[in-house]
Amino acid sequence: MDWNRLWALLGSMAFLGTSGCINVAAPEEPIVIELNVNIEARLLVELAEDASNTIDENADIF
Amino acid sequence: MNTLKKRGLGRKLALGALTATATAALLTSPASAQRDPAYAAARANGTVGEQIDGYLGIVGEATPALRDMVNDINIKRRAVYTQRAQTNQATLEAYATTAGCQAIMRTVPGERYQAPDGTWKTRTSAPPERLSICP
Repeated sequence: MDWNRLWALLGSMAFLGTSGCINVAAPEEPIVIELNVNIEARLLVELAEDASNTIDENADIF
Repeated sequence: MNTLKKRGLGRKLALGALTATATAALLTSPASAQRDPAYAAARANGTVGEQIDGYLGIVGEATPALRDMVNDINIKRRAVYTQRAQTNQATLEAYATTAGCQAIMRTVPGERYQAPDGTWKTRTSAPPERLSICP
């Protein structure tokens, strides 16, 4: 193997080593928060009627 | 004559039943049907308001009497929330917040309520500012 080809091989390996990796940065957090809000909002919808009755039945403290 | 007697007896029995029902209704209807006058006055003059967490809050300066009244109501609310949350398999906080959403919705113009940013607002005829998760 001549030196030129070896250098070319090494060069391409180095190139792949640096630029070949895929960086995924972190936009996960907002998605998670949104999910939590949705779950909580749904939970509150389910509780709404019960809470409304509770207020009616305990009119002295509401 | 006999039928008349019977009818009279029937009427007496009916009257008796009616009285008994009325008495029972009086006895079992919660003494709790209405707000205490002091509480009603505090709501009306805006010294107390509905918080977003489902509890009552003191808006201005807290006097001992006001604090006692608000604490008493909040202890009772918490007991009711705890029991209802358990029945619905929800957390106390979720149930209390839901009730808070509703209680704020039910305020009438002039009453105070807590906005999502934590500040006290006076209810107008417009819808109140509520948490985005409110049903």
